Amino acid sequence: MKGRFQLGLMIALLIVAGLGLTLYKHFALGFPLLGKDVSTVWSIEAWVSFKAEGEAAQASLTLPDQQSDVWIMDESFASPGYGINQINDGGQRRAVWSIRKADGRQDLFYKVKLRLESGLSPNVNDQPEAFIAPVLPEPYQTAAQSLLKQVTESSANATSFASTLLGLFSASKPDQNVNMLLGMTDEGVKIPELLINLLRMGNIPARIVRGLHLEDGRRRQPIVDMIEIYDGDQWHLFDPRTGQSGNPKAFFLWQRGAKSLLDVMGGVNSDVKFSIISQQIPTRDLALAQATQEQAALIDFSIYALPLEAQNAFKIILLIPIGVLVVLFMRIIVGLRTSGTFMPVLISMAFLQTQLLPGLVIFISLVSIGLWIRSFLSQQNMLLVARLGAVIIVVILLMAVMSVLSWKLGITQALTVTFFPMIILAWTIERMSILWEEEGPRDVLKEGGGSLLVATLSYLLMSNPVVEQLTFNFPELMLTLLGLVLLLGQYTGYRLLELKRFYPLVRAARQPR
Amino acid sequence: MAWLSTLVSKALEKVAVTTPAQLRATGILSMNCRNLNYISRYNPRRLLPLVDDKLTTKRMAEKAGVEVPKLIAVIEYQSDIRNLKSVLDPLQQFVIKPAKGSGGKGILVITGRDGDRFIKASGDSLSFEAISRDVSNILGGLYSLGGKTDVAVIESLIQADPIFNDYSFEGVPDIRVIVFRGFPVMAMMRLATRASDGKANLHQGAVGVGLDIATGHSLRSVQRGQPVQQHPDTGHDFSALKVPHWHKILSLSAACYEMTDLGYLGVDLVLDKNLGPLILELNARPGLAIQIANGQGIEPRLKTVEALSRHDLPIAERVAFSQQHFGVLANAAPQDSGGHKNTTTFRSS
Repeated sequence: MKGRFQLGLMIALLIVAGLGLTLYKHFALGFPLLGKDVSTVWSIEAWVSFKAEGEAAQASLTLPDQQSDVWIMDESFASPGYGINQINDGGQRRAVWSIRKADGRQDLFYKVKLRLESGLSPNVNDQPEAFIAPVLPEPYQTAAQSLLKQVTESSANATSFASTLLGLFSASKPDQNVNMLLGMTDEGVKIPELLINLLRMGNIPARIVRGLHLEDGRRRQPIVDMIEIYDGDQWHLFDPRTGQSGNPKAFFLWQRGAKSLLDVMGGVNSDVKFSIISQQIPTRDLALAQATQEQAALIDFSIYALPLEAQNAFKIILLIPIGVLVVLFMRIIVGLRTSGTFMPVLISMAFLQTQLLPGLVIFISLVSIGLWIRSFLSQQNMLLVARLGAVIIVVILLMAVMSVLSWKLGITQALTVTFFPMIILAWTIERMSILWEEEGPRDVLKEGGGSLLVATLSYLLMSNPVVEQLTFNFPELMLTLLGLVLLLGQYTGYRLLELKRFYPLVRAARQPR
Repeated sequence: MAWLSTLVSKALEKVAVTTPAQLRATGILSMNCRNLNYISRYNPRRLLPLVDDKLTTKRMAEKAGVEVPKLIAVIEYQSDIRNLKSVLDPLQQFVIKPAKGSGGKGILVITGRDGDRFIKASGDSLSFEAISRDVSNILGGLYSLGGKTDVAVIESLIQADPIFNDYSFEGVPDIRVIVFRGFPVMAMMRLATRASDGKANLHQGAVGVGLDIATGHSLRSVQRGQPVQQHPDTGHDFSALKVPHWHKILSLSAACYEMTDLGYLGVDLVLDKNLGPLILELNARPGLAIQIANGQGIEPRLKTVEALSRHDLPIAERVAFSQQHFGVLANAAPQDSGGHKNTTTFRSS
């Protein structure tokens, strides 16, 4: 019994290993299990332009950081002749381009590639800075204080305070306090700045954030100002124009804090514009790139390391174990007779190339013709192998004729009988011929029919898109299949067809003699 | 819930399908079980080629003193066919068979001569060219499993014991005995019909008659899995059929265990008019149809044998054990746990 225990252990290990690796790849590395096959990748290009004055020039641009629900994939700079540095300016990343001498129009580019993925949270320590409540010049200070008192009374906490305050400012008919404060804009104070001051006066940490709405095909987008307030626990985003809170869909934060987006020294007329494009990329490729970046060993040593052509060939090869499982199931559990174990799998692979219905028609017709030729030739005195060879050659000639004829007639299905299906056809004809000689036509029908039925079932399973995706993305599942096959090999129960075969015996056994 | 199960069983009866539980209760051995638990376990793989090749079997049997039809000649190579004429010319009757064929495939039986021509059992006459073509096909591997090249064995014709003339349509009826670890456990007789083309091949329409291991008396008969009472061509009732020389048949079969070392073996014998029981061929993968012919499952008998503490008993003791425990008709001996006394003990639901 020790052998049995070892076998059972091996089976269990195989099945668990296959499933385990699959789940690891899905949950830890992000390979798609089913469904969502493509993901959107956003490319944002920041175009910095200014006019240099013939001297040394330096431009610095804030760079985006990690944020919730966003995976930053890649970033790059394009700026010939410039030296590029990245600095950390009080917690904010900045890129600094510098050049010894520049004259005329200068164009600098920064590109970032990112992907939206809910559930990602950055490990960023984002505590608010200490601040002193600002004091506005009169008469604004009085207006502000009375406004704030009003808002405090009609709100419960920081978020509702901010919500109420912003709501008042975005109302179509602002009240007199708001109108007074809005007058500050005439003196060059921007609204978001004003709101920040008011919030700080209300003892709520607040800051300006700048970002972009992600929409495909946008060019020369300006950056958008938003307000973030801290409620003691986390930051909340508010749109100062509408008073809406919460992260708008597809909004990418570029900068936190009110530091200047772009600083240029030694140049004038500086500006930065953003262009946004989106691309659909297969999710698997993304997961692959990510995993390769992180150097996940599982990926490095897997078939993904192969060139694309080889991977395409593997796509079909990896389906074979599914076919084998179907054949084994039909033979061991159902009890169908097939001509060989591997034959039906090969036939179903041929069907993958020709599609099911044309494949079946071609198969049955060509095999029948081959058998008819064989019986004609058997009346001549010939060595067996020569007879088989002659049959195969005639059938191949027939297939060539059929291909040409169907092409002329405009039926393209017959053209799909290429190299591989032809080999399978020739082999099938040989086996069926031998079977006919040995057992007779009845057995040919039984075995041939059984093989075709199993091949069809195999094909239906192998061509299922879910199965295709699972086998290619998770080749580890082959381990599980192997375990299942080993398990099937231990089955000693009755076959389904035996239930029919032995019925007369059981019925007779129940009758008294 | 009882009404549900009766509904299901009635539905199954309508489509002539039984359930695994009923099969198990009847002791029927399934193909999967036979392959895994008996053939893999008790038939060493390296010994199988000895039994698949009729020529090696013949030589083994002759060495062991087990009676087989006499070997006349062996045609091994295509070039030997030149000598075939000189071999066949003096013969009135002979059998040509492929050494590696299975079932009744490729066997040519010549019962007489008509000048230069050869008369088959069915009455057709063949020219020498036809025969040499057949031999050539045999050598090319037409009848061997997997198309391997083969040799043609020419042996003397068996004169079938006329006792079976009423029960057979041409051909020679043979007796199949399943021998498990040297114990004969089940037996049946195969009788040719017109449908089977004079061949004693159940697969092709011959009649299978289950035989009582204790006495050699017929139990029941089936053709293509369905019960029959009489031979479809001769019309004779099978219930009076009894095989003579039964003890010798059992002993010969049991001796094949010593000869081959195979634990799960099918022995095919014929009754020659003059020579008595002869071993025709051995089969390392005997089929399950013998259970249908006997109307019983074979598994309880196999389990009885497996449960024995000693298996290295002499042939006579093994045969006696089988006759005592596996007999079905009018058997006075007390039954072991595995033996079937009477099929009425099967509980009907």
